[in-house]
Amino acid sequence: MTAVMTQSDIAEAADTVAAQAVTKMSARGVNVFYGEKQAIRDVSIDVDMDHVTAFIGPSGCGKSTFLRTLNRMNDTVASARVEGEITLDGENIYDKSMDVVQLRARVGMVFQKPNPFPKSIYENVAYGPRIHGLARAKGDMDQIVERSLKRAGLWDEVKDRLQDSGTALSGGQQQRLCIARAIAVDPEVILMDEPCSALDPIATAKIEELIHELRGRYAIVIVTHNMQQAARVSQRTAFFHLGTLVEYGETDQIFTAPRQERTKDYITGRYG
Amino acid sequence: MSELSHRAPTDWKTDAMQKRIRKRYRAERRFRAIGMAAVVISASFLFFLLATMIGNGAAGFMRTEVSLPIDFKSAPLEIDRAQLATRGADLALAGAGLEDRVKTAATAAFGAKGEDLIAGNAWTAVRDAIKEDPNLLSQSAHIWVPASSELDAAADGGGEPEFRALVQQLRERGALQSGFNAAFLSRADSTDPTSVGIWGALKGSILTMLVTLLIAFPIGVLSAVYLEEYAPKNRWTDLIEVSINNLAAVPSIIFGLLGLAVFLGTLGLPRSAPLVGGLTLALMIMPVIVIAGRNAIKAVPPSIRDAALGIGASRIQVVFHHVIPLALPGILTGTIIGMARALGETAPLLLIGMRAFIVTPPGGVFDPATVLPVQIFLWSDEVSRGFIEKTSAAIIVLLAFLLAMNALAIYLRNKFETRW
Repeated sequence: MTAVMTQSDIAEAADTVAAQAVTKMSARGVNVFYGEKQAIRDVSIDVDMDHVTAFIGPSGCGKSTFLRTLNRMNDTVASARVEGEITLDGENIYDKSMDVVQLRARVGMVFQKPNPFPKSIYENVAYGPRIHGLARAKGDMDQIVERSLKRAGLWDEVKDRLQDSGTALSGGQQQRLCIARAIAVDPEVILMDEPCSALDPIATAKIEELIHELRGRYAIVIVTHNMQQAARVSQRTAFFHLGTLVEYGETDQIFTAPRQERTKDYITGRYG
Repeated sequence: MSELSHRAPTDWKTDAMQKRIRKRYRAERRFRAIGMAAVVISASFLFFLLATMIGNGAAGFMRTEVSLPIDFKSAPLEIDRAQLATRGADLALAGAGLEDRVKTAATAAFGAKGEDLIAGNAWTAVRDAIKEDPNLLSQSAHIWVPASSELDAAADGGGEPEFRALVQQLRERGALQSGFNAAFLSRADSTDPTSVGIWGALKGSILTMLVTLLIAFPIGVLSAVYLEEYAPKNRWTDLIEVSINNLAAVPSIIFGLLGLAVFLGTLGLPRSAPLVGGLTLALMIMPVIVIAGRNAIKAVPPSIRDAALGIGASRIQVVFHHVIPLALPGILTGTIIGMARALGETAPLLLIGMRAFIVTPPGGVFDPATVLPVQIFLWSDEVSRGFIEKTSAAIIVLLAFLLAMNALAIYLRNKFETRW
């Protein structure tokens, strides 16, 4: 077994993984720079519709950076520059014809720290559909809010206090509210950037359960520090190290029989 | 590792330790005492200021009136009664020599110095009384007319001994009364302290502040938003930032010169107008609003921006739906600091001609006007005794205006404050 996968190996691995399901998003030869510093080196990966994909790796390995290129959140960083091709349903998202506002509605995001708007629970969920004009009548909006909160598993806890501030909820509830807010605009892909790192174990378990339930309806990509979590929630795992994609494959295979030495060292706790 | 484990456990009970703890407590107590002393000193200064102003100024809101007996029955005024109902009534009464008649009546009633007891414009009170009730012209009546400033001062316990004696006499006859001077709040400047009013200056200030707010607030806030949210971070924006910071520290009189050159000289706007005053003050407080606005916008957590961008809000939606509402309390605080500074500003307004002697309240932003601080400055320069209390009264009005403005700002800030 070679210590480093060649580029063709990775592409091949990506292809084999992709062949089994409908590819939703795919990246080919992506480089990301922050000014002079290169944060991501030549990453190629496919994300499919039916599986949860986890990005793991030590701090600073670029997994969050790469996640943020998938819905162009890096556009807000003035010094960031992205090279290569990322497609959503075969359409290049960095193409001039791609509207970034629409892209972010289609590729939703949940952040590390729960960040509800300092508005009511109802308004938090209704904000997205409202700015995209998804609800025609007041009744429509009520339905969207109810459906989104139900899918996020929060409805029963908040249905009697929809007008309370979203920031008054507990951390775990806030994070589920953020998931409901992302779901409300009917995205195709949901990116989760360490969604449980600020939560206690019980709240974490609820989010993981929720990810299971959402699987299949949305393509889900989750970045996590926690390898057990990756093992629990995902079917595909990508291991990043120093800005490169070291290994990508079935979660079971990554955790039980990693092909790469570096993956094995990380998974067995040699570093990280 | 080994060195640490060999060290003896720390003894927290030694004298040195106890001394250190006592010293720490002493430092704490000392700091608290100094802080309290600072608060007491500043509060007592404020109290002293308010007490003096209210003590001096209260009399400015009061006026003294003298009951003047005047007899039109035995010596009728030669005037056509029909004219009294027309707009020419004032002119007709003046033409009939009413002013002299009032003076004569005063001399007849109060002796040789009688003329000095009533205000110079006392006859206008008689004129207004006649217009209201033309039947007075065929009667002998007592009419309340404003007292002269000397008598007014004497009635308040000051003035010359001669007048104090007269006050005593008039009081005994029931011919003297004091009351709230409503006219002070409805008139403008005058040469006679008994007939001056603050409304002219107050209205001038209100109009000037409105112009200032309407110009400085939107421009200041939009600049802050642009610089913070849109502008690229490069040498040019650094230069702009430094310039704005310096502009906030430029002495106000420089802005007066700028206003004089640009608004009066180049643009040819009318002199002494609230419009020009407002524009000049807007230039002065804009940097303050920009700086406060930028700080307030910076304080909005980036996670809120991410959240909104993450569900597909455009930049402008992020700014107007989330950033500005959250930054508004801070922006309003900055604005009110700027407005308070503008309200108290005198120097730049002197340069653009707002120190003129103006006897009618301005009708609009193009009319000549003066403002409260300039009015205070003008009155404090007067030699007449009556203007001293009017100056204090004007200061009270200025402070009340300031408090009202601050109260409004605090109300708005609390209204928009978001509970996290």
